[in-house]
Amino acid sequence: MPRVLVCIKHSLNVAELSVDRETGRVVTAGAPRKMSDFDRNAVEEALKLREAGWEAVVITVGDEEAKMALREALAMGVDSAYHITGDELKDLDTLATSYLLAKAAEKLKPDLILCGEASIDSFTGLVGPRIAEWLQIPHIAYVRSLKVEGAEVIAERSLEDRIEVVRAEMPALITVTREINEPRIPSIMAIMKASKKEIVRWSAGDLGVSTEELERLRAVGVLEVRAPMMKRKGVVIEGESVQEIVEKLVDALVQEGVLP
Amino acid sequence: MTGVWVYSTDFSLYGELLTKADELAEKLGAGTAALLIGRDVRENADSLARMADKVYLLDRPELGWFEAGVYAEIIYRLAQQHEPDLIIVDSSRRGKELSARLATKLKAGCIPDCLRLDVEQGRVVADRMVYGGRAISTQACKTPAVVAVAPHAFEEKKLRKAGELVEVDVDVPSPAVRLVETRTKEVSGAALEEAEIVIAGGRGIEKREDLKLLHELAEVLNGEVGCTRPLAEDRGWFTDWIGLSGHKIKPNLYIAVGISGAIQHVAGIRDAKIIVSINTDEEAPINQVSDYIINADLYEVVPALIDAIKRRLGR
Repeated sequence: MPRVLVCIKHSLNVAELSVDRETGRVVTAGAPRKMSDFDRNAVEEALKLREAGWEAVVITVGDEEAKMALREALAMGVDSAYHITGDELKDLDTLATSYLLAKAAEKLKPDLILCGEASIDSFTGLVGPRIAEWLQIPHIAYVRSLKVEGAEVIAERSLEDRIEVVRAEMPALITVTREINEPRIPSIMAIMKASKKEIVRWSAGDLGVSTEELERLRAVGVLEVRAPMMKRKGVVIEGESVQEIVEKLVDALVQEGVLP
Repeated sequence: MTGVWVYSTDFSLYGELLTKADELAEKLGAGTAALLIGRDVRENADSLARMADKVYLLDRPELGWFEAGVYAEIIYRLAQQHEPDLIIVDSSRRGKELSARLATKLKAGCIPDCLRLDVEQGRVVADRMVYGGRAISTQACKTPAVVAVAPHAFEEKKLRKAGELVEVDVDVPSPAVRLVETRTKEVSGAALEEAEIVIAGGRGIEKREDLKLLHELAEVLNGEVGCTRPLAEDRGWFTDWIGLSGHKIKPNLYIAVGISGAIQHVAGIRDAKIIVSINTDEEAPINQVSDYIINADLYEVVPALIDAIKRRLGR
């Protein structure tokens, strides 16, 4: 049975982040998290392959809570889930994260690896192509439709100025955009069943990666995260009629000096 | 210290990227190099030589189509020979894929979508937007490093160099991905970055024909029309959109019509001077980031606004 591996991230739910008014810092400790949006599209695409006879496997690197994203993928319908975790994996950058995922892929030997275009929180888009590079397999980015034909994958990718249809031999890695599909929402029943499924835990050591190696792969560190200043006037324009409202707006825009 | 390199998938960005490279190279006590790789690119060598200390040229017929894996391998082989400290790439979709693959070959760190870039104590320091545009993250990366820089993040200055042209001899690897078909997108948003006034539509616009309202408003204001991601990618009414994953614009006036204001969209308009929102939903997040808010039906407001502006501007 061919196997598709989906790499997902339990991301910060960026829509629900708050800013500490005194320090201007974004509060991330204890902030709500969820499976990154684009990863959900990757899971959905894997489930379509599963319906065509593939085995769908999902994996993440992350802390204890990151299991929630795996549970969600299980509820959506994937066959099994792997959790790479451990204290030494705190604050890894994409170089080390992608290395661990590549090492796991070497064990799981998938025919196809799917990732989201980028994670909703850090939005680097680096982990997918980096995994492909570690594994020395073809990579197709920004894919908005996908099909498997024999030993090859054919994908349509969306670049700024053109659409390209490309093909590559499997195993290959594909990063998908949000437009590729509409992810299914699992039923309560499926969520309950998924909560009882076993999740395989791997440490870096289980993947043959030493602590020293992880340290060497620490290239980027975050010095500071701050909310950009966005001071807006927030004036609600009201009036008796639409005419009155738009006249007031035009007055204001003339005052601001932004009309031609 | 051997230098700061620049490769851009868009030739027009070399000026701004090499301006930044020159500033950083000076701090590092090193030189700059422009990488000119592709098919029939030789004619551009002279103009790059005026902007960089070295131009590495690889002009080959088989490089007519950009495949990130091939370009990453070529630049990697050059980097092994010359050991640059920093490689700067443009932050387009092609550029970002290239930077990820190149950085991995070099076992190096990579910072994409840089808005600010510097070197401090031998490290590369960069600012980038995170959390869907809610925050700016300052990150440091040891060298060698690869960064991808957002277009127009840096100002282009006139560089007066007489760089050395170096023809490189690298075997072009065969691509692991093969091109079957390519279609040009009709790019609608190219002028958005330059526009002083931008009118954008969101999901509140019910039908495609209704876009003419936005075009009429843009016409009386001498502005450009843009949209949010759903109107482009889900409905196919536009080729590109404004937001974190699309155009990041800084007009004097931005009018959001029927836009709820998902933070990914707001990330693309953060630098607008004045933001106006026209939306029936008083709770819409766009209102939190607007200077002027009209909570009314866009189908009534926009025609009235067009009339009012026409009267005021005497058109």
